[in-house]
Amino acid sequence: MGIELDFPAVLERWPNFLGGAILTLELAFFATVLGAFLGTLAAVGRRSHSLLIARTCKVYVEAIRNTPLLVQIFLVYFGLASIGLKLSAFTVAVAALTINVGAYTAEIMRAGFDAIPRGQLEAAEGLALSRLQIYWHIILLPAVERVYPALTSQFVLLMLASSVCSQISAEELTAVANYIQSDTYRAFETYIIIAVLYIFLSLVMRAGFWGLGFVLFPRRRRLGTPL
Amino acid sequence: MQQDTPATSIVSLRDVQKSFGSLKVLDGVSFAVERGEVLAIIGRSGSGKSTALRCIDRFERVDHGEIVVCGHRVDSPDVDLRALRQDVGIVFQSYNLFPHLTIEQNITLAPCSVKRMALSQAKELARKVLAQVGLEEKLHAYPEQLSGGQQQRAAIARSLAMQPKVMLFDEVTSALDPELTAEVQRVIERLAAEGMTMVMVTHEMGFAKSIADRIVFMHRGKVHETGPASILTSPTTPELAQFVGTGDLKS
Repeated sequence: MGIELDFPAVLERWPNFLGGAILTLELAFFATVLGAFLGTLAAVGRRSHSLLIARTCKVYVEAIRNTPLLVQIFLVYFGLASIGLKLSAFTVAVAALTINVGAYTAEIMRAGFDAIPRGQLEAAEGLALSRLQIYWHIILLPAVERVYPALTSQFVLLMLASSVCSQISAEELTAVANYIQSDTYRAFETYIIIAVLYIFLSLVMRAGFWGLGFVLFPRRRRLGTPL
Repeated sequence: MQQDTPATSIVSLRDVQKSFGSLKVLDGVSFAVERGEVLAIIGRSGSGKSTALRCIDRFERVDHGEIVVCGHRVDSPDVDLRALRQDVGIVFQSYNLFPHLTIEQNITLAPCSVKRMALSQAKELARKVLAQVGLEEKLHAYPEQLSGGQQQRAAIARSLAMQPKVMLFDEVTSALDPELTAEVQRVIERLAAEGMTMVMVTHEMGFAKSIADRIVFMHRGKVHETGPASILTSPTTPELAQFVGTGDLKS
């Protein structure tokens, strides 16, 4: 019983694959940008003196980290529908992925904040910097530089995990593959192709993050050492 | 109200008390620093000398007593901390340079963001203060590329860029070997010669003796003995005599 592979039969659907790959990348892009913002807010919130804010952020992070992504996507999808909000599958997917990656970002950023030595803050206070200036220059920017590798891995994971958005019929790469394999009955070939495409997308993202880091962190660029 | 501290005092502490839990670290500390004066606070570890220094810049809140620094009532809960800290420069034992910024950026950060100085002007200032500590060539280096002594001199330059009225030095050479200690001390000596008002906590008796106009010897949270640098050679209390005897191996 040999394996018979017929790639040409599947590859004639190449435009569909490409469309799915682009949509996956778009999903990942929006969720990464929004999730980075949300997660940073949540990490800042967890350090808040207000118990209510700190607790709320903690509950958010823990709730997301301890439930499956697919369940979160369904909750957003059906939750929004039940309150009468009719949004596109793409919007729902971005929202759910943002909420998901935001929680992981918050945990990573928190580790980055905790790694700032107390003396850094005293030096900044001693220079009369305001609380906001200290947060930005002395806490946030070095924290991002320090946790950047962990953050970018998380965002690549997010892109891969976005494949479960096929369940709410967002037309991303895995959803496209599902259609194609049911049309062509060439499941193995189809999934081999999207596996390769996912690898390619990961490489594209990693290259993008490398370039961004190159621009954002001149110290690392020049010295090559972790902060 | 302050009969015993002349109006020219840059820093004055009166009956300052401070406890950490049940431990009384400062037990009625009083001293004053006049304009242009160099005051060295010496004493054993745990005598409260660093705490006393940190109270001046409000890194510790006092439980009781009065602290006036450049006209700011530091003991008051309403003290304008940022205004106070524009008048006071502080240098720490562990340098605390910002590792992600170049030396130039370390120096220009506060003048630009606190005093809203133009970047070009701040850069010029950075060059000037780095020249003061002999580090002009390190303008574009990152802290980790500098030796401990160079980092400490850069930290001093960073404080100087805010043009403080008084500088506080908290055991700034304690993490350095003798050679690097000497280079940092030379910088501080030059500042003293230029008339900078300074309060320093130090373990270096020889340095305290050579640079300080006045010595405050702290013992168990109190100012045990105070006077000109000559008290180090002829102490009047047995505690200081014992401290100097064990503390200064060079003499």
